Amino acid sequence: MPDEASGPAPARAVAVREVPFRGGGFRPRTNSYVSWAVFAGLILLWEAGSRLGLISPIALPAPSQVLGALVDLARTGMLWKNLSVSLMRLGTGWVLGSILGIAVGLAIGLFTIARAALMQLTSALFAVPKIALLPLFIVWFGIGESSKIATILFGTFFPAVIATYSGVDNVDRNLIRMGQSFGLSWGSIVRKIILPGALPAILSGLRISSAIAIVLLVAAEMIGAQYGIGAYILQAGSLFAIDQLIAGVTILAVLGLLISWVIARAERRFLDWRS
Amino acid sequence: MRLLADRVGHRYGTTEVLRDIGIAIGGGEIVCIVGPSGCGKSTLLRMLGGLEQASEGRVLLEGEPPAGSLNPITYIFQDFALLPWRTVEGNIRLVLEDHKLGATAMRAIVDDVLERTRLKDFRAALPRQLSGGMKQRVAIARALAVRPAVMLMDEPLSALDAQTRELLMDDLVELWTRERFSACYVTHNLAEAVRLGHRVHVLSRRPGRIRETVEIDMPLAERAERAAELEAMQRHIWLVMREEARAADRELADAG
Repeated sequence: MPDEASGPAPARAVAVREVPFRGGGFRPRTNSYVSWAVFAGLILLWEAGSRLGLISPIALPAPSQVLGALVDLARTGMLWKNLSVSLMRLGTGWVLGSILGIAVGLAIGLFTIARAALMQLTSALFAVPKIALLPLFIVWFGIGESSKIATILFGTFFPAVIATYSGVDNVDRNLIRMGQSFGLSWGSIVRKIILPGALPAILSGLRISSAIAIVLLVAAEMIGAQYGIGAYILQAGSLFAIDQLIAGVTILAVLGLLISWVIARAERRFLDWRS
Repeated sequence: MRLLADRVGHRYGTTEVLRDIGIAIGGGEIVCIVGPSGCGKSTLLRMLGGLEQASEGRVLLEGEPPAGSLNPITYIFQDFALLPWRTVEGNIRLVLEDHKLGATAMRAIVDDVLERTRLKDFRAALPRQLSGGMKQRVAIARALAVRPAVMLMDEPLSALDAQTRELLMDDLVELWTRERFSACYVTHNLAEAVRLGHRVHVLSRRPGRIRETVEIDMPLAERAERAAELEAMQRHIWLVMREEARAADRELADAG
């Protein structure tokens, strides 16, 4: 007899094997070193390909040339000139569109009248490609800044509306009922229960609308602008200055990364209560 | 102050869920309501607190709430209903902020209820860091903060495991012994009902009516020791309820 403390021992005469482990996988993790290494590796590969003549400089200039174009752009002051007008358009349009969108989305989430009046309308207009409205905005507001800002504003407004009201719809009803049962005022319930509860959805809506905003910015600048990253890219393309074109695209990529980083920071700051 | 249900009945569309309920809560007693699932006991509790309107009968308040009561009728929910983005302290402050108490008074109330529920060390914790039992203690602290005259407890221990439930039952008995609060305690757990209730109303299946009312004279503090007597009472209630529960079980399965 084996003693109690050592537990049951395997029988000697029977073949014994371990239970194979089969619970692994399906848990992808991120690793920032790997992401950066892939990034750097691709650029190195590209540079090497260009130097070895495997990549034609007419089709795709080397990263070093693109960097050269970027440095040129910075030295002549054109980088800041193009970037500042683009940022102004992007910032104004996105911020206004988001604020208005959150306000309207909140109204749809809270009031029957607003919901009945605006929900279907929002769904219908959300599907319209906003760049198709730029000519109309040019007729209305002229070729200047207003028409471009209006396009971005309009394009970011609808995602914000939809994200906000679905966020409000998904706030735990029990929490609202709890607020009512403690006699909280209407304003307190909205400010302290509904808005924080809808915030995750609102922030992911802003993430989507920021991408839409960059697309619309470039499109609007390509249609009618003297300065701006979009105008710069279009100009480079028509002059076959591929290095400048790629430089412009690089600026856009960095811009996208930057916005995404800011939103990730905001999520970490405001949504730290989630596990 | 007493809270009264006067011939309360309710229907959702064509389904009658409650019929002719008359109960009174007050005088520092815990009134338990037990019944098979779907008998409308949670609906009844929502009506008692004004969160739902009865289609028949009235819910009445008799007398004035005691001075200093910020929210005379206060709930404790099964799912705790804590704001996940607020700390323990923040969740308690939430229900005080609308009352314009001033910083010192608010601080004093928060300190007091955290002390009474022994949550002082968890003041800055977020709900996700707490076990179910601790979350319900926070919800109890929050309810105490508004000095209720009547507490409405909707299956407060049903989301907890059996051991935590025992611990919290002891806590509730201790709390009641100190504070003598009045409560209406809805549960499907008969052991909780006989441990905590001064009076147990047994509801029938849908439409819920009061089938029987059992008075339990034994002092709450003695009940843990006199388990055998309670066992007999619990058995009696179960015998009253068993047929109803069986029928309700089949009914729900039919309704889908």
